[in-house]
Amino acid sequence: MTRAEVYEKLNKVFQDVFDDETITVHDETTSEDIEDWDSLEHINLVVAVENEFDVDFNMGEVNKMKNVGEMVDIILQRAEG
Amino acid sequence: MKELEYPFDAEYILSKKKKIRREILSGGGIYSLVDKKIAILGGSTTSDIKLILELFLLNYGIRPTFYESEYNQYYQDAMFPNAELEAFAPDVIYIHTSNRNVTTYPQVADSAETVDRLIQTEVDKFTGMWDRLASVYHCPIIQNNFEMPLYRLMGNRDAYDIHGAVNFLTRLNMKFYDYAQTHENFYICDINYISADYGLKEWSKPFYWHMYKYALNVSAIPYLSFNVANIIKSIFGKNKKGFVLDLDNTLWGGVIGDDGVDNIVLGPEESEGQAYSEFQRYIKAHQQLGVLLNIDSKNDHENAIAGIKHGDSAFTEDDFICIKANWDPKDRNFAAIAKELNLLPESLVFIDDNPAERHIVTEQLKGVQAPAIGDVTEYIQNIDRSGFFEVTTLSKDDLKRNEMYRENVQRAQLEASFADYNEYLLSLDMTAVIKPFEPVYMARIAQLSNKSNQFNLTTRRYTQAEIEETAADPNYITLYGKLTDRFGDNGVVSVVIGHVMGEECHVDLWIMSCRVLKRDMEFAMMDALVHACQARGVKKIVGHYYPTAKNGMVREFYGVQGFTKVSEDDKGNTDWEFAVTNEYENKNNVIKVEA
Repeated sequence: MTRAEVYEKLNKVFQDVFDDETITVHDETTSEDIEDWDSLEHINLVVAVENEFDVDFNMGEVNKMKNVGEMVDIILQRAEG
Repeated sequence: MKELEYPFDAEYILSKKKKIRREILSGGGIYSLVDKKIAILGGSTTSDIKLILELFLLNYGIRPTFYESEYNQYYQDAMFPNAELEAFAPDVIYIHTSNRNVTTYPQVADSAETVDRLIQTEVDKFTGMWDRLASVYHCPIIQNNFEMPLYRLMGNRDAYDIHGAVNFLTRLNMKFYDYAQTHENFYICDINYISADYGLKEWSKPFYWHMYKYALNVSAIPYLSFNVANIIKSIFGKNKKGFVLDLDNTLWGGVIGDDGVDNIVLGPEESEGQAYSEFQRYIKAHQQLGVLLNIDSKNDHENAIAGIKHGDSAFTEDDFICIKANWDPKDRNFAAIAKELNLLPESLVFIDDNPAERHIVTEQLKGVQAPAIGDVTEYIQNIDRSGFFEVTTLSKDDLKRNEMYRENVQRAQLEASFADYNEYLLSLDMTAVIKPFEPVYMARIAQLSNKSNQFNLTTRRYTQAEIEETAADPNYITLYGKLTDRFGDNGVVSVVIGHVMGEECHVDLWIMSCRVLKRDMEFAMMDALVHACQARGVKKIVGHYYPTAKNGMVREFYGVQGFTKVSEDDKGNTDWEFAVTNEYENKNNVIKVEA
């Protein structure tokens, strides 16, 4: 899976979770950039991303993720592993 | 909507919940929505439990507004004066606790007395909450039991040693059930079962607790919320009432018209036949709950009957109220069955192995559910998990319902033998008891107020607690009507509540079960209402009719009773008045009334 392919799927997940078809995310996107992205929606987002890519994030990863780029890094690592 | 019916896609619901919500709310009116206020008192995070519960409730025709306690404030909210919750005045309280909320588990060295004391302390904490909530809020309470623990310190011994967490939680659960058995309006949400059903290891993944303080896996939330929604819709009278069943490849394997009765797959001889037999027993067991069984099959009638009478069949012909075995489209038969039972099509569940038949029925008859039942070995699980008949109360009427509907069929046969309808009514030897509400009937009266859609002038719903309060309030005239005839006892079939204000009596509620339509019971109720008004010096009865999608049959009801229409607004709401005089002549002359 390429980074672009991950983003294609990831945009769809963000659009579903925040119910906004105009959302596109990139490496630098953070919760500051999306109005409804609070701690409760964060849970849904993580679960939806896990389901979409069939990965499980561990607690350390979720806690450390600073932006969408780091999330994509982890997804790509798992895909390789 | 299909996405919210079992077996649902939990991940889809979780990720698209906003879209689903939007679609249901804009989908507009298969159902007229009833508004209910639901307080969620949580011992852990409840945010998504609430959001997804809302979806399932909307799908059941209930539009909820929520009070949600702050994180882990369930006990404080329940035990101490809470102006916000009091102002909210919940219709239902759901207490979402889990084994994470147990204060102290036994230590291995504890004496038996210490463990008993721990149990008692925990139970007292909960019963204290329930008692206070019931006395302050007078509404149904739904309480989670405890799911089994994450780990077993002593392994298998945890189950039977009093120091084991498994043993401790099991004993607590038994105490909860003792309370539920002795308190009305109190219901257990059995998360112990649904967590096992989901898979305890997945359900209790600690990740969600440590990260977000959810006491369960977020992916399992739709199953929890669905389970809670089923209890709530049952409390508010939105259970299904019966099955409409296909025969070939549903109740037995094979096609009886082609294979012949001796070759259908049913009975103990081989595995598939055993599976169909188990399914037949499952369906038949529903009769005990008052669920009505009917047949809708593309078959010659005599073939259908031959199959039902098969040597290994769990059924007799009498187990079914309506048997439609012919070559008409299934949706047409389905509609005819509903009509014969005097029920709305949506109160019957269609069970058919054929997706095309399910499709035509659900397309033609909006609101009817036809679960995707899968393979014969999956039929039971798929139907059972759907929660169509979630039992919150089991009235005597429920237990006898099949009998009553069978009696109705006999009445219909008798009716056909009379040329004059009045003579037919007289031949039924009807006796009614019409009296103010009595304690033994409170549950049935509340149930009727929630179930009646068609013969219902105001469509006001009452919880049992509200019914009891109204009965105790001297400003109300309350009447229940029970009807018996030569074929049997119909039980409580009509309810009237009048609010007396000075010399006027406003009819807040007037309902009648459709199973006694055209029996003049409504006239007997009118007579009783007038007599009650005369006794109190009431001079005028004021009636209101509020139209809904379902109560068109009583639009002119007050006119028939001799009321005069005094106003009508653009929505079709009408107000009626009736002058109470001493010259009133009874309208009913076919039912003997005991007051």
